[in-house]
Amino acid sequence: MGWLDCLLPGRRLRTLGVMGMNQRNADFILRYNPRKNYPLVDDKRRTKELALQAGIAVPKLYAVIEIEHQIQQLPELLAPYEEFVVKPAHGSGGGGIMVVIGRINGRYRKANGVCFDEGELGYHISNILSGMYSLGGLPDCALIEYRVDFDPVFEGVSYQGVPDIRTVVFRGVPVQAMIRLPTRLSDGKANLHQGAVGVGIELATGCTFAGVWHEDRVEHHPDTGGEIAGLKIPHWDQILALTARCHDMVGLGYIGVDIVLDRTLGPLMLEINARPGLSIQLANKQGLLPRLRRLETMTEIPRSVDARVELAKTLDESLNGKLAVRRV
Amino acid sequence: MRNLHVKILAFVLVFIGASLCYYKVTRLGLPLLPTEQADVWTVEARIEFKPRRDTPVKVQLFVPRAPNGYTVVDENFVSSNYGLTTEDDGVRRSAQWAVRKATGYQVLYYRLHLARDPTVQPDKPKSPPPSWVQPTYPEMIRSAVKAVIDEARRKSADNLSFSRELLMRLNAATPDANVSLLRQDMQTPEQWVARIVDILLGANIPARMTYVLHLTDGSKHAALTPWVEVYSGEEWQAFNPQTAEPGIPKEAIIWHVGNGPVLDISGGKFAKVEYSVTRHAQEMTLVAEQRARQMGSRLMEFSLFSLPVQTQNVYRILLLAPIGAFLIVVMRNVVGFKTFGTFMPILIALAFRETKLLWGVTLFTLVVALGLAIRFYLEYLKLLLVPRLASVLTIVIMLMAVVSLMSHKLGIDRGVSVALFPMVILAMTIERMSLVWEELGPLEALQQGFGSLLVAAMGFLLMSSKLLGHLVFVFPELLLIVLAANLLLGRYTGYRLTELWRFRSALRQG
Repeated sequence: MGWLDCLLPGRRLRTLGVMGMNQRNADFILRYNPRKNYPLVDDKRRTKELALQAGIAVPKLYAVIEIEHQIQQLPELLAPYEEFVVKPAHGSGGGGIMVVIGRINGRYRKANGVCFDEGELGYHISNILSGMYSLGGLPDCALIEYRVDFDPVFEGVSYQGVPDIRTVVFRGVPVQAMIRLPTRLSDGKANLHQGAVGVGIELATGCTFAGVWHEDRVEHHPDTGGEIAGLKIPHWDQILALTARCHDMVGLGYIGVDIVLDRTLGPLMLEINARPGLSIQLANKQGLLPRLRRLETMTEIPRSVDARVELAKTLDESLNGKLAVRRV
Repeated sequence: MRNLHVKILAFVLVFIGASLCYYKVTRLGLPLLPTEQADVWTVEARIEFKPRRDTPVKVQLFVPRAPNGYTVVDENFVSSNYGLTTEDDGVRRSAQWAVRKATGYQVLYYRLHLARDPTVQPDKPKSPPPSWVQPTYPEMIRSAVKAVIDEARRKSADNLSFSRELLMRLNAATPDANVSLLRQDMQTPEQWVARIVDILLGANIPARMTYVLHLTDGSKHAALTPWVEVYSGEEWQAFNPQTAEPGIPKEAIIWHVGNGPVLDISGGKFAKVEYSVTRHAQEMTLVAEQRARQMGSRLMEFSLFSLPVQTQNVYRILLLAPIGAFLIVVMRNVVGFKTFGTFMPILIALAFRETKLLWGVTLFTLVVALGLAIRFYLEYLKLLLVPRLASVLTIVIMLMAVVSLMSHKLGIDRGVSVALFPMVILAMTIERMSLVWEELGPLEALQQGFGSLLVAAMGFLLMSSKLLGHLVFVFPELLLIVLAANLLLGRYTGYRLTELWRFRSALRQG
């Protein structure tokens, strides 16, 4: 078996259940995500509205800038807020997000400490409006919303940015989850290929495994040195339930739900992604396919959210049991 | 289920494409390789005569009809103000020129382009047993004819062997008294062949005279050679009247059948017809294509060769684009390359066709690098998106003009062809590259830029392949196979090559 694996690494990946981009697109996204529901998740404003109707907690929306003219009123609009986040409604891959963590001498301060003035903020928003960050370059609008004050549990393991929890939900059942920890390299962004640390989470317990940074296994955060493995994520059951409800909300079969943990408000749903990436498999050191196939063969998925969360946990336990050796 | 559907569809497409192609290759003789050449003979019959004053002129020239072993690639009649009709009675074909009034020396041309094609079988019409009139011989030779016939009959079994025997006898190096008598007053080969035919007819053997043109390259004032044909009971068999060899030479065609003159002019004098033959090599494709058209193939009605040459040239390039697109599909979905814009590399590759690879890459890198530098400056000005894009486009075009001018002044002609780059694509590439640079860092931007350039170069190499260009143009149905491959790759769920690298840590485990 050894030499054949060297010759055909794809075979070995297949036995590990790692899913590739082509397969994700052809077998899951095209099959389970009806195109007509895409706007619900691609437009973060609509997602937010839907979530509020469904009773899912989201970061509070302060203002929406739809036309160039409104940029002039920015100072009045932003006056009540010391810190906030500006993001495009149709952004993708974390592009165009600007986090303001405070004001100094009438200037705004970004998460990385760089200061900028009203004009630069206006320029950034005008770029968002003209569609620089939106899919297909279509005109967009800019959202200004509450800046999440993340839960102290992540204090020691994040650098300039908000760690978020990405959960892949298939047919309404959470399948895999990870925390993405920003690093100096990722410039406060939480994308793994930009240098963020991905940390797998055991669905059944909400405890973290060791992380992955640039394909390498890490036990400590590269910038802060904080211990990564073994963190117990608070409100874990609530988070799982939240992700399961997101599926009901948007009617897409295969989604990635991004959740942040706020110090006071608890879990808040940031956004839903209809084309979630594959790096979650790296963070968990485990392929998605066995879990997805298991759910695919089930004729009926329980209706109630609690039952689905239970299902996710038992699924995780049964599959982890098999692969536990590989993990440690 | 859907996979099966796609597979069946792909199979049907491949089947249609392959069978059309097979038909064209085997039946129409279209070559699969672009380099194949065929010999083409150009035969020209030049008629000259002096018309009589104030009389209508009628010229009749017998012309070849389905020459044996050759295919007619093209034929034309050159006659300035003459009316032209052609006639075909099943045995002979003639061209008739007519004009009410002509003055001065007249020259008419008949031009025929022939390509050798052993596959062409002469159509052998079931001609009814020919009828003929029993010839009457002059008193003087009557007995000699009878003696020759009798002797030949004794030594033969059927029409053909009789004819052979007779011809041998008549052409013997040491003729006997009878043959000498028969040969006596024969001045021209025509007369001699006419006499042979007469003798054969006298022996109740259907025979006729034909005229043969030898295809000797470079012959200028050639004339037709008379030949003999004997009816064997099923078909006409030719014999060399000098040597009694059956058939006609390989490099010759039957021009005219019957003993009437080849050229017949009323209203003219000093009529003369001369033949000239030249041979040259021509691309097999053109020959086969023209031949297929002559054969009246339905398929060739829809051939791209029927378009005007300019449009043909456009399609020669356009038809290669799907090949390039397929390369993109493979590079992106199977290999996992990242490129700026889905089909941008194809358009760049098409531009490379004019600039050639090295210059193309140099010019592309130059324009993009300069454009990128200016784009970074524009970033500092904080412009709105669309005006900024328009500015980048303007700058790109100015850069292209500057590069063209500079290289022209320096005497580097290739540099001028930078004008062929798709400027909108260049502008979009610069814009996207600068965005990636800002957001994901220079490394990622350069990686994607280099990837695009690499794919473009590969696309160029693929699309500049003579063989592929020939195949898609002559057999456009092969694109159905490309389509089928695209469909199949559309349902490919295997790993991309880059993913094997990406997930290598998973592979290392355990």
